[in-house]
Parts: sequence; structure tokens; C-alpha cells
Amino acid sequence: MEKRVTFDHRLLPYLLLTPQLVVTIVFFFWPAAQALYQSLLLPDPFGLSSRFVWLSNFEYLFNDRYYLEAFTTTAVFTFFVTLVSMSMALLFAVLADQVIKGASTYKTLLIWPYAVAPAVAGVMWLFMFQPSIGVLAFYMKAVGVPWNPVLDGTHAMTLVILAAAWKQISYNFLFFLAGLQAIPKSLIEAAAIDGAGKWHRFRTIVFPLLSPTTFFLLVVNVVYAFFETFGIIHTMTAGGPGRSTTILVYKVYSDGFVGQDLGSSAAQSVILMLVVGVLTIIQFRYIERRVHY
Amino acid sequence: MVEKRGVGTNMVHLVLITGIVIVCFPIYLTFVGSTLTHFEVIRPPMPLVPGPHFIENYTRALTSGVHVPVGRMLFNSLVMAMGIAVGKIAISILSAYAIVYFRFPFRMLAFWAIFMTLMLPVEVRIVPTYEVAASLGLLNTYSGLILPLIASATATFLFRQFFLTVPDELLEAARVDGAGPWRFFKDILLPLSVTNIAALFVILFIYGWNQFLWPLLITTKPEMNTIVMGLKQMMPTADDYGNWPVTMAAAMLAVLPPVAVVLFMQRLFVKGLVETEK
Amino acid sequence: MATISIRDIRKSYGNTEVIHGVSIDVADGEFIVIVGPSGCGKSTLLRMVAGLERITGGTIDIGGRVVNELEPRERDIAMVFQNYALYPHMSVFDNMAYGLKIAGQSKEEIRARVDKAAAMLQLEPYLDRKPRALSGGQRQRVAMGRALVRDPAVFLFDEPLSNLDAKLRVQMRLEIKQLQRSVGTTSLYVTHDQVEAMTLADRLVVMNGGIAEQIDTPMAVYERPATRFVAGFIGSPAMNMLEGTAKGSIFALEGGGRLTFGDAELAETERPVLLGVRPEHLKLAASDEAALELSVTAVETLGADTLAHGSLSGANGAGSALVARLPGSVKVTPGDTLPLAIDARSVHLFDAETGRRV
Repeated sequence: MEKRVTFDHRLLPYLLLTPQLVVTIVFFFWPAAQALYQSLLLPDPFGLSSRFVWLSNFEYLFNDRYYLEAFTTTAVFTFFVTLVSMSMALLFAVLADQVIKGASTYKTLLIWPYAVAPAVAGVMWLFMFQPSIGVLAFYMKAVGVPWNPVLDGTHAMTLVILAAAWKQISYNFLFFLAGLQAIPKSLIEAAAIDGAGKWHRFRTIVFPLLSPTTFFLLVVNVVYAFFETFGIIHTMTAGGPGRSTTILVYKVYSDGFVGQDLGSSAAQSVILMLVVGVLTIIQFRYIERRVHY
Repeated sequence: MVEKRGVGTNMVHLVLITGIVIVCFPIYLTFVGSTLTHFEVIRPPMPLVPGPHFIENYTRALTSGVHVPVGRMLFNSLVMAMGIAVGKIAISILSAYAIVYFRFPFRMLAFWAIFMTLMLPVEVRIVPTYEVAASLGLLNTYSGLILPLIASATATFLFRQFFLTVPDELLEAARVDGAGPWRFFKDILLPLSVTNIAALFVILFIYGWNQFLWPLLITTKPEMNTIVMGLKQMMPTADDYGNWPVTMAAAMLAVLPPVAVVLFMQRLFVKGLVETEK
Repeated sequence: MATISIRDIRKSYGNTEVIHGVSIDVADGEFIVIVGPSGCGKSTLLRMVAGLERITGGTIDIGGRVVNELEPRERDIAMVFQNYALYPHMSVFDNMAYGLKIAGQSKEEIRARVDKAAAMLQLEPYLDRKPRALSGGQRQRVAMGRALVRDPAVFLFDEPLSNLDAKLRVQMRLEIKQLQRSVGTTSLYVTHDQVEAMTLADRLVVMNGGIAEQIDTPMAVYERPATRFVAGFIGSPAMNMLEGTAKGSIFALEGGGRLTFGDAELAETERPVLLGVRPEHLKLAASDEAALELSVTAVETLGADTLAHGSLSGANGAGSALVARLPGSVKVTPGDTLPLAIDARSVHLFDAETGRRV
């Protein structure tokens, strides 16, 4: 889509673009290029000089057990965060869509966690489940459920998944609810007259019509779990115990800032940029399809 | 539609209320924690109803905190969130205006250069971005907190989409009326964009307020900390007992502004959320 | 007040030329209507006069000043758009005043001019309203008011009535005409509606495929269409066209058969021509005076008139479709065969190849 009529002006459009372009170049292209460049370098142990090593940083990464582990960890984390938060949100949205009285109250009470920062969500959940002081941890132990996220990797993973999923429910809920409300009532009514019961209507009419929303949320949730959960991991487990909650983004940070392994961290950045690129393309194809829809 | 009601409807409400309890419980417990004494918290189980130390804990948090007063960190967060929201909106409405309403060499190049930043979060390129910011002397400054995070295409894209829906005839009428580029922008386009700007502001304010990793790196002096990252520093650790109720009071204060924005500007918030993700 | 002189104007998009050299001279105070089917270039032509499209070739001169390189605001024009193009966030007053404000007029002057225009258009009660609180007709009036307050040299109208319902369109048509008469501003008006064109215009410009086929008064265009296209476009139902050759008082139809015109002489042609006759110029006649026989297949009764659709039959050969407009009192049913006479003076001949009037 383009405008039929435009202004003729030689200098003005460049002036208007300058602020954004400067910021983009300085804080986006420059660092990205830097990451690309550094990923091909290997600094000496004292950090005084570095050597051009082509792709050996990448080669090293893909032979690094810890890095491959981080991939698996990220996959598990992302899968469960997406599954838990999307299924809860869908359940709530379907129910809220049926409610006539108090629907807006339910909506209001369900959307506010969107505003809670991941890092703060981490603090709140830790406060509930921390083995020594958490009140829920106390009651779990009281009824005999073994619980120690400080020492047990699986427990720690469960905890960060719950906190991350909790925070994302509101977002998914909003989009599912909007998607449900966009389904024409006449379709539901036609199905009801055709004799379909509630569950049958949901399975054969509502859910298929909701699939663009579902697919969109799938991508958004993957992006969220991959990149935006840093604050949750950092406040709750710091990647531990024993790297059991070290997702890829966390490893970029810990290798770069804690481990000072700049070449490896840069190579990891480059790989993550590729992941983002792929997700962007998927998202785009989705947008195009929705336009034609 | 005629449908049998009764047990089914009650079940729906029951499940929804259970859901809300689950969703709201963490913040309720945080609030309870912020009204107790440190001693009550670290001797589990802590009580599940609020205690009497509300004023005491919040006053202490705001005025002295643990390392730095929460009041100071709230102010820093406010500056950062406002700076990011206003900055992003300002630079992107201008660039979207240039891209939609002008024809000039390298127009598509500029568009794609901005557009490529659409989804790349700062977390991914964190180390080199930090190096760039450090080399520009931006450590421990508000500019350092704000500038790197306003480089994103989401807002530009949103404004572009909106401008494309503005009828061509409005521009033509304005030109016949004698309006140049600046007057058209100021008198016609900006007033028409008000709702979009407000919706975007809500989303970007929350985005800016909730930043964690970037302030963690860019600020080393405690008095430049933002509340969201400062909270982590306040958390009592095993060897330093700190003060849980004060920390929880800080947590409540950290979520209050963005939650208030969501609740009181719900319509704009929903609009902003849906539009930015389109 | 100004004359407009459009000289051999051309417009290309890339390598595609869409307007192939149009020239029009508009006298001071004249109301010119540019009419044509969609895509004929009429709007593009108007937008070039307005300065909203660049001119590829030729010159446009407004009031003795070549305006090719001038911006819209420097051309002393005002324009009424198809969908009104009112600024949605401004009140009716502000919409009308915007151009004056930009021009730096004083507050009192603006107030006075807007009030005067509002009075002419009966818009006084609505000055504080936003456009969305107005009906279609009122919006249309505001759009005209916006043009009026500027007191420009030229009014440009781009299909201003096409978004209104039929009844309102007739009413607004009359209002526009009266308004233009009273202020006497030179006007260019683009439409695809031939009734609008016929009723409004001092002179018509009939455009087709990027050229002006004919420029003349409405009656001249109706009575002596310059081309086959104009003949078919102006008049409803469209003029009947029959292909053949003319010789003396005989017209030999291409498909065999002939039409005879009593003692009248047709222009002599050797090349094949099209014979055009308007439905209203076909008259019921006694069988021996009839030029042709129409075998009726469908009838439309309009009250005042009855339209008989059918095809030539009998000695006239068969096949060619034809419409006759008969008085409403005539009873016709499908299946009838009607003997019809043609007044030779109302017959038009067009070159079959070039389409030009012979």
C-alpha cells in the first residue's frame, strides 16, 4: 500500500528519519556488527589481543556439552511455559466468553499480571516457594511433597516454568478472548441449529476458527520464553542449580559478563539473532496470510 | 440463544473464580508479606492474613530501603519509562511520517533498516550493546538507560500502518487549503493519531518500567538503580538476612505504577497490545 | 474569477501515457463538466489542474498564469472531493476556516467569511459540530463551504455527488448550479453521470481513453455527437447503432436487408458506416411508411414512456438489437412486431473505422 499523493521535499524526509536512524545504527547495527565480528575472534587469555579464528567459536560451541544442554533446557522450558500459559488462558477465555454477568470484572482481574515485570514475578514466586521461608513450600513439605528448588534441578525448572507461565497468562487470555469474540455469532447459532452440542461446537467450529490466534500466540510465547524470561531466571535461580535452568539467553549473559568469554558470547548472540530472524519470518508469513484471509 | 442454564453456569463462575484466585495469589501473598515483621516471615509458616506493620514497612522502604531508598529507584524507573515511551513515540512518528508521506531516494532502504530491528530484543545483543554504550560514556546515566532501548521498529511500524489508513483526500484537501508538510503533520495527522499515541504510550511505559537486564548492566551506582532491578539486590540471601517485609513492600511499589496503568487505562492498554502485535 | 486554458496536456505513469493531449479553454465564470466512463482520465485531468498530479506535458494556465510548477495552494483554487475529505477532528467552522487560517487571515475576517458561506449553505446551526455528527447532504455542504470561503479563482469538483442517495443528488445538483450562478466562479466539474453532466454544464467535455472526444454545449453534444463514443455515452437508453453503407435514401445493412428513408437523402458513403438513431427518434408509423420493423422481445414501462427492446425483422434482415422509446400510452407486449419510421434529420452517421461523424 502506498500513498497516491506525497509531499515533494528534498531535505525534510531525511531530517525526519535522522533521529530514528541514528539510534538504530548506533545501538542496533553497530552492536550487531560487533557481535558478528567478535564471534570470529579469539582473545588471548589475558585479553590483550585477539586472533581471527573464522568459525571456530561456533565449532567449539556445537561441541560444547554445556551449550547443547542449554539448548535442551531452553526447549523444555519454552515448551512447558507455552503449553501451561496457553492452555490456562484458553480455558479462562472460553469461560469468560460465555459469562454474561461480570465478564468485564473477570477480564480486569485476569489481565493485570501483564504489567508485572518478569524479574518482580520471579521475586514474588520465590517468596512463595523458597524452601526456607516460602509459605507454600512449607505446606508442601508438611503434606509430604518433596520440594527443594535450591538443590534439585527439576524442582527449580518447575518453579521458573510456573512463574514464567503465570506472567504470560494475561496476554494469551486477552488475545484468545478477542479471537473468540470475533467469531460471528451466526456460525455458532447455525451449528446449534444443526444440532451440535457445546463441546462439539467448540471442537469443530470455535477451535478451528481460533487457529490463526493460536498460531500467532504460539510464536509470541516462544519468543517470550526464549528472550523475555531473563529476569525470572536471574532472580529465581541464576541459571542453577548446576546449570539446570540456564536457558540460551542466560548463557549469553553469564558467558559474556560473568565468564568474560567474549568470543563465545558473541557467537551465541549471532546464533540467537538467527533464531529471532527465523521467528520473524514465520510471524511475517502469518501476517500475510491473515491479510489475505 | 436458548440454552439450559443452572449447574453449568455456576461451574463456569466457579472455575473462573478459582483461576482468578490462582492468578492473584502471588500478589496477595506479597502484600501480606509487606505488612509483617521480618521475624514473622522467616519463621514459616508465615500468616496468611495482613499484619499491622504496613505503614512502618512502606515508610522504611521508601526512605531508606536496603542499599538505596526505594523512592529514589522509583524515580529512576519513572524517568526511564517515560523517556523510553516518549522517545520511542517521538522518533517513530517522525520516521513513519517520512516513510509514508514522502518519496525520496533510499526510502525503502531506510524502511528496511528500521524494520529489521522489529523483533530483535536487547537481550540477544547484550554484550556488544553494552560495549557501545560504555564507549559512549553512557554508564550510570539516564541517557544510557533510555537511548539503547528506543531503537525498535514496533512503534514506527504501528504508525506507518495507521498513516496508511488515513484517507488520501485529507492530505489533498489540506494541500489545497495551503498546508505544507509541517502544518499537515501538526494540524491534521497528529490530532488524528492521539488515540494511537496514547495506546502506544501505555504499552511502552510498561515495557520501559519492566526492563531488567539493561539497567542491571548499565547502572553500577546504587543511586542509578531502577526499582525492578534493585529489587533483586534487596532480596535477602542466605548469608545476609536483609529484610523480607521491606523487600515485599518494594515489590508492591514496583508493580503498582504499571498495574495501575493497565487497570485505569484498560481500553487503551488492550488497543495498544492488539495493535503493536499486528 | 479567471479563465483556464489547458494546452495539449499529457500525463504518463512510467511509460504508460494515460492522457494523450487534451486542450480546453474555459471562459471566465463558465461551468465546465468533464464527463466520461471510469478510467477515461477525467479525474487525473482535474487533479493536474489542482496541482495534485504532476503534468507530464503541455501547459495549464489559470487567469493568465502558467501554473504547471505551482503547488496547489499557489494556484488560487478550491476543490470539493468525492468523499468530502472533511478533517474529522475539527468542527464545521474549523474545517471551513482552515485554509483561511493558513493564509494568515485575521480572526474577524475568517469569522465574517465563514458566516457568510454558512448562511448561503444553511449551515449556521451546525458550525460547532464535528463532521461525524452531520448527514451526508450536510457534509457535502460543508465541503462546498470550505471551497466557497476561500473565494478562489476556480472551483474544482471531483464527483462530489456520487456518495449521496438519488433524491439528495438531484437536490444538491440544483444547489450547486444556483450557487455557481450566484458567485460566478469559473468551475471544472468531473462526473461519470451523464444526467449530472447535461444539467449542470455550460459546456461539456466528453472524455474517453485519455482524449477529449467532444467539447460543446450539452444540447450540441446531444444533437450532433462528434464521435460514435459520444453518441453512445450521452443519452439513455444509448443510441441505436446499425452497420452498413448509405446510398441516396437507402441504407444497406451489413447483414443483408435495407432501410429506406422515403425521399430524404443520406450522405453518400462508400466505406462502411454506422447509422445511429436515438430511441426517441423512432416513431410508430403506418406499415407502408415504416423504415423498419421491430420484433419486440422485452418491454419496460416507465410511465411517461415505454421502452420497446427487440431486433430488426422482416425485410430489414434480422439480428441487430434495437430500442425504441414510445409514448407511455402505446400498448406493446413482447412478440409484437412494430412498424417504425425514422426521421432522416435525426440520423447520425459515423465512420465505422475511425468512429468520427461523417
